[in-house]
Order: sequence, then C-alpha cells, then structure tokens
Amino acid sequence: MIRVEVCAAPFDVGVATSQLITHRVGGVANFVGIVRNDSTLLSLTLEHYPGMTDLALRALAQTAFDRWDLLATTILHRVGVMTPGDPIVFVGTASSHRAAALEATAFLIDRLKTDAPFWKRETFADGRTCWVEARDADGAAARRWIA
Amino acid sequence: MVKILYFSWVRDAVGIAEEHIDLPETICSAADLVDWLALRYPVFADRGKLRVAVDQVMAQFDADVRRAREIAFFPPVTGG
Repeated sequence: MIRVEVCAAPFDVGVATSQLITHRVGGVANFVGIVRNDSTLLSLTLEHYPGMTDLALRALAQTAFDRWDLLATTILHRVGVMTPGDPIVFVGTASSHRAAALEATAFLIDRLKTDAPFWKRETFADGRTCWVEARDADGAAARRWIA
Repeated sequence: MVKILYFSWVRDAVGIAEEHIDLPETICSAADLVDWLALRYPVFADRGKLRVAVDQVMAQFDADVRRAREIAFFPPVTGG
C-alpha cells in the first residue's frame, strides 16, 4: 500500500508510523525531517509544484516497491510556513524483514531530495529571506542508488 | 498554446508564476525555449542553474517540447 500526502498541517509521527504496522509486517523504518534550529532562523517556507509533486512522490514510492520487498510505504511532506523544531517530511516503510525497510527508507529520502519539486525559503529574525540552495552532497546521496 | 510555469527564485526573477505562450515553430527542445525566454528574462541566460519539467515530469534540456502542454522552470529542488 502506497500513501502519499502533501499537507500544510503538521503530521503525527507516531500515528503515521503505527499505521504502517499491518498484517505480516516484521519491521517498520522511518525518517522524519525537522526544521533545524540554525541560530537566527525564524521560519522556513516550503513551496511546491502542486501538479507534479504527487506524481513525483508516487513514482518514487512505486520505484521503492519494485526494488524492495515492501508491504507499505508512506510519504508525508508539508508545505507552507514552518518554524524550527517542526517536522517537514515523513518517510516510512514496512516490510517482513528489516533490511528492505531500512534500505528503502534511505532510498526514498535521498531521492526525494533531488526528484520531488519542493523549494525552501528561509526567513531570518532580521527580516531577511533567501532561497535555500541545493547541496552537492544531496546529489551524491541520490546517485548512490542508481542501480 | 503551452502553459509555462516558474517556481522559487525563477518566478521571483521573471515576475509572474505562469503564462500561456504560442511557441514559435523554431522551438523544438527545452533548450530552445530557454534561449528564447532569455530574450525576455535575463534569468534564463544561465541554463546551468535551471531545471525543467515537461508535462509534470523532470526532463533534460534536450527534451522535445513541441507537443508539451505544460513546461515548468525552477532551480534544483530543496525539499525533504
């Protein structure tokens, strides 16, 4: 089962995780991205490409399903304004054994960072704003999954 | 008529989020479109900082856009 949601409201990590525990599941892995508390950061605004986001996330989830023996996967991604400590993204997978869940979760978050159309803008305490630049390390992390 | 979308700082630089354009017949690839848009919007002068999606799928700049319905330009993504 694939569940993909883009939402403005915060999500409950515990609920999202426990919903992955279904019949035959032997292990659940998840990754939760949090707005880092970087000194003067006031808020983070997440913009996305509404028509494409859902397609891109579902394509990623399907790729994970094709590659690993998964029973379920959930991808939740917030958009709008967030403050330090807020969750931004949840990626979770369930499988019969741990290796598939752990690997698929790492794959999903690595590839989400380079394939899904989201952009972050930072707002600082002094009112300054700037778009976050993509990191080379994220490209390298995504490329290690090229089969 | 194709819908062109701009996101993040590309939109800030262009000044609008979307527009509908009748593409000249000389435009075949996304790269051709970038060169054509650069005549109006300086931000398109440097393709290296841009990414493109054709009909809501990530594409390369050599992608054929002659039958596209929707083309989006944006910086490298920074979600997650």
